[in-house]
Amino acid sequence: MSDTKSQQWPLWEIFIRGQHGASHRHVGSLHAPDAELAIKHARDVYTRRKEGVSIWAVPTTAIAASNPDQKGQLYDPSDNKPYRHPTFFDIPKEIGGM
Amino acid sequence: MYAQMVKSEPRDESVESKAFQARIDAGEKIEPRDWMPEGYRKTLIRQIGQHAHSEIVGQLPEGNWITRAPTLERKAILLAKVQDEAGHGLYLYCAAETLGVSRDELTEMLLDGRMKYSSIFSYPTLTWADMGAVGWLVDGAAIMNQVPLQRTSFGPYARAMIRICKEESFHQRQGFDVMMKMAKGTPAQKKMAQDALNRFWYPSLMMFGPSDKDSVHSAQSMAWRIKMNTNDELRQKFVDQTVPQAEFLGLTVPDPDLKWNEDRGHYDYSEPDWSEFYDVLKGNGPCSVDRIETRKKAWDDGAWVRDALMAHAEKQKSKVAAE
Repeated sequence: MSDTKSQQWPLWEIFIRGQHGASHRHVGSLHAPDAELAIKHARDVYTRRKEGVSIWAVPTTAIAASNPDQKGQLYDPSDNKPYRHPTFFDIPKEIGGM
Repeated sequence: MYAQMVKSEPRDESVESKAFQARIDAGEKIEPRDWMPEGYRKTLIRQIGQHAHSEIVGQLPEGNWITRAPTLERKAILLAKVQDEAGHGLYLYCAAETLGVSRDELTEMLLDGRMKYSSIFSYPTLTWADMGAVGWLVDGAAIMNQVPLQRTSFGPYARAMIRICKEESFHQRQGFDVMMKMAKGTPAQKKMAQDALNRFWYPSLMMFGPSDKDSVHSAQSMAWRIKMNTNDELRQKFVDQTVPQAEFLGLTVPDPDLKWNEDRGHYDYSEPDWSEFYDVLKGNGPCSVDRIETRKKAWDDGAWVRDALMAHAEKQKSKVAAE
């Protein structure tokens, strides 16, 4: 066996648009030698039952991700800003939807 | 709604254009990489760009009151609202960028007057009650237009609208909450609330754009489903919704001819002064010069920050490359 690591195809993250008008959503990942084959493989792996109308393939290494350890620091500040939610304000029923 | 008088490009009669129209008629969404007529692309850049500019310039009349809000809570709420408006501008600039224009180009076109923002933001906010009136009336009018735009034909625009509409509800309710407080307060506060309604009523009606009989750009935009309702339809809906709310507040809509029309099932109301509207669009509103000068100053003063961040990113990149 030669060096298996160097022969492994790069990893791609696959995003599928489920229906017209919807956003692409992440469905999983796969290995492929290039972008064209990544999309072909994604078609075979993730849309065998017509799950989508469009595929995006993004090299995994191109994805920047937030650090899970920073969860508190990133999201806790919203805890004391309940006024960002419309239900914070008591609007009388007779005013109708607002 | 923040797009008014968007000039629509004519439709071309090519085979592709007809197939494109058939897709739209079938309710399909158009995505950035799909073929689209040049006119559709250009009209959308104008409309989404103007919409984005309005969100950004729209921060200024409210920003005016952040430091003078009557309580710490009101200040935090107003700050959160203005922050949302910045976000809305960014969603929309990004939607426009999928059509092949850059955000910097759009900004430059706003600053040199080639692109417009909504006429409503050329009016001043003189008292705290104006924060109530802006949330209640201006955001109320915006919601009227933006809710149907969630179904617009261009995917990125429709999806931006869905995010924005979710957040607008907070904006309108906080405005009405301010209004309720003022209208049920001291005689002086009530007077301020009435004065704010008096000043913002007609400019709010103008937000929907000129009367249908004078709206020259509507037909093509409606065929392309980038405009979902006529100006007068939405204006009527807004009046019908808002008049009972004013009554609830104990305030008087400044229109002596306003009355319920039993036969039509709608309120009859007076049209705004359209000569004032066209004048404001030309850049002659009470705050038009000030708004653009403020934006220009922010853009110029921020240049060194943008440059510095870019230089930092380049430096990090070359460091990684060197390793």
